[in-house]
Amino acid sequence: METAIKINNLDVFAGKSQILKNINCEIGKNRITVILGPSGCGKTTLLKCMNRLTDLYPELKVSGEILINGKNILNPDADIYRLRQSMGLLSQRPYPLPMTIFNNITYALKLRGIHNRRIMYKLVVDYLKQANLYDEVRDRLKEPASRLSIGQQQRLCLARGLAVNPDIILADEPTSALDPISSRIIDEKFQELKQDYTIVVVTHVLRQARRIADHVIFMYMGEVIEQGPAAEFFENPKQEKTKLYLEGMFN
Amino acid sequence: MKRRLKIEETVFRVLMILSTAFILLILGVIIYSVFEKGIRAVSWEVLTTVPSGGYYYGKGGGILNAITGSMVLALGATFMAFLIGLPVALYINVFLHGKTKLVNLIRFILDLIWGIPSIVYGAFGFTLMVLIGFQTSLLAGMITVTLFILPIMIRSMDEILRTFPAGLMEAAYSLGSNKSELAFKIFTRQSVSGIITAVLLSFGRAIGDAASVLFTAGYTDNLPNSLMEPVATLPLSIFFQLSSPVPEVQARAYASALVLTVIILIVSVFSRGIGSRYHKTKINF
Amino acid sequence: MYLLNRQQRHVVNYSWMLVSMLLVAFLPFLLFSVLYFKSFLLLRNFGLGDLIFSHSWHPSKGEFGFYPFIVGSIWVTLLAIMISAPICLLTAINVTQYAKKRFLRIMHPVIDILAGLPSVVYGVWGILVIVPFISRYLGPWMGVRTMGYSILAGAFVLSIMIIPFILNIMIEIFRTIPMELKEATLSLGSTKWQMVKHVLLRKALPGIIAALGFGLARAFGETMAVLMVVGNVVKVPTSVFDPGYTLPALIANNYGEVLSIPQFDSALMFAALLLLVVSLFFNLLMHFFIARYNKF
Repeated sequence: METAIKINNLDVFAGKSQILKNINCEIGKNRITVILGPSGCGKTTLLKCMNRLTDLYPELKVSGEILINGKNILNPDADIYRLRQSMGLLSQRPYPLPMTIFNNITYALKLRGIHNRRIMYKLVVDYLKQANLYDEVRDRLKEPASRLSIGQQQRLCLARGLAVNPDIILADEPTSALDPISSRIIDEKFQELKQDYTIVVVTHVLRQARRIADHVIFMYMGEVIEQGPAAEFFENPKQEKTKLYLEGMFN
Repeated sequence: MKRRLKIEETVFRVLMILSTAFILLILGVIIYSVFEKGIRAVSWEVLTTVPSGGYYYGKGGGILNAITGSMVLALGATFMAFLIGLPVALYINVFLHGKTKLVNLIRFILDLIWGIPSIVYGAFGFTLMVLIGFQTSLLAGMITVTLFILPIMIRSMDEILRTFPAGLMEAAYSLGSNKSELAFKIFTRQSVSGIITAVLLSFGRAIGDAASVLFTAGYTDNLPNSLMEPVATLPLSIFFQLSSPVPEVQARAYASALVLTVIILIVSVFSRGIGSRYHKTKINF
Repeated sequence: MYLLNRQQRHVVNYSWMLVSMLLVAFLPFLLFSVLYFKSFLLLRNFGLGDLIFSHSWHPSKGEFGFYPFIVGSIWVTLLAIMISAPICLLTAINVTQYAKKRFLRIMHPVIDILAGLPSVVYGVWGILVIVPFISRYLGPWMGVRTMGYSILAGAFVLSIMIIPFILNIMIEIFRTIPMELKEATLSLGSTKWQMVKHVLLRKALPGIIAALGFGLARAFGETMAVLMVVGNVVKVPTSVFDPGYTLPALIANNYGEVLSIPQFDSALMFAALLLLVVSLFFNLLMHFFIARYNKF
């Protein structure tokens, strides 16, 4: 198994309190890694470190190493914009750009340097199909994205994230705002996508984790408690806290 | 004790209703008096001609010079203020995002200049004019009014840009956008209605203010035809003509007042209504 | 723009922003320095104290006492605040606590329009309605003979002009008093009026003072409307029915003679400088006042 992201000794402080404590873990290529844990354990922060969204919040102090392709992305001279383009982000609630459906995707394409209209059109259709959205919007590509339902908006955000041609997809509780059917569509999508992409999903829903995870990182109170292949994790948890969590002892 | 309280409450309730009614009434009275005097003075001739030979003695002519002069000056000033104001508002909200101390300092300076009376800008403009060697002109007036409405423009835009959701910022950054792109492609589109409101508001202030153009734009009977020549404005047209002993000229002052008021009313209505029209691409979070 | 690549576009945008930022940030200092530079002549020849406290204003004789104008401005402003403060306060309470919610939606456009009406239009209205009212009804009723063009007229017109401004701030403040506080008070058994009197007003007091402070600053610098109704007579007023003269009116009325009398331009710039300093001072004061009282 190849490693897509390697995290060494990651610490994150917000003022005096420590949000992430000495995180060491690996995200493998072409797999779905689920970061699991109760609310407030720091999993979203961990995710945000991976594409340095933490830069937006000056009160957060990040130290340690995050190696992607051998380079430490926490290094101040790292090419941050290229880094972010190598990853796609799917947030908890969808954030479509204030444009038409079509332009949401072309925005991402233009960032890649694609300006040719015919190529753009073809790619838009492609990515919308990949996100399982094309059939529903084929006649209204020029409508504002705000008119879509939440489930459709989330799929649009997925298509948009794919359109930057990332290697890695980061998903922060991507289905928590969606209805069961839309959630299932997204989960199934991830299964398909892992052939070509590395996927990291943050969730606090055990059922979802069981369904989609190849690999699990379990966190509690800012620390990694246990990590390993999904089958082992769910059948044979080694840590006490893990066992308690799996039994539903804490939310 | 309870009874005294009851009486007190009733007294104040009455006073409250009177106060509220008073404000509504006063607005009505003002609009009515302006319209009443103005309607009588307005005619096709007054609106579409410039002062002719014996104008100031009561002969023919109209206020077209002031109407077009004001429009040109106000539009120019609003445009210039927009060119400076939008980048500043975007800079504060996008590039300085998170740097709270600096942002607070800048907002503080903005607060300071927001309250400066227009006549101070007028005096300033006049001094600069003299220093550079300009005569009273359309350009001098435009620049002075631009400075005057700049704080208003920036503050209104800042108010709307502040409500931009953090999640959308993250989404845009995650795609690899840089700060300029986030600012000029996404912030602007999300806040279109607010920006338009800010522009309309500033335009209203620009066209109605007299003190900033008094020393700088001069006055003329001609239509605006060059940046370097004086230009007539509606507020000054009211001011100068009102003090004339000739009743026909005074009447035209009222006509100017009516035109100016109508413009302001239209702008006010639009700035309230425009929000809903351009909402279509805005995402409601 | 499309001929440039992303990086170049970024540089262009960024420089444009920076230049605009600098212009705006330096604006107050620029205003101050230029006006100060121009008033320097006057300040050098007379002392600051002389200029402010001397009563005699005879520019052609070289006498520049600003006292009548300063006093005129103060009278008009204070009186205007005294008139508008209770009206605004009562209306704000009414609209936010007692009247139906729908009514507030009517008030907003009313306030917007009042706020947007140009100064000259208020002046016209003042001449048409207020001045005759004072000279024909109010004056005689108080046993005073007056032309109508007076401090009172100026104060009255000014008060209407600042009402929308103060009212907006007050409405905002009352609306941000948390519902829980109001509910808690009411569940102790107090009436709405008691809640308003003892809790709402007490909590909102700093905000109310700030609103009035801003209104005061705004009123002090108002030019045209006041100029048109205040009489423009250089004299320290002894009654509100006397005509007066304000600092902004001084500048507006006399700029034409600026180049014909020596030191006159310096004098008018000094008046403008005074206005600038007063408005900055008040803004600063209110800013710090709010900052201090927000720490509860």
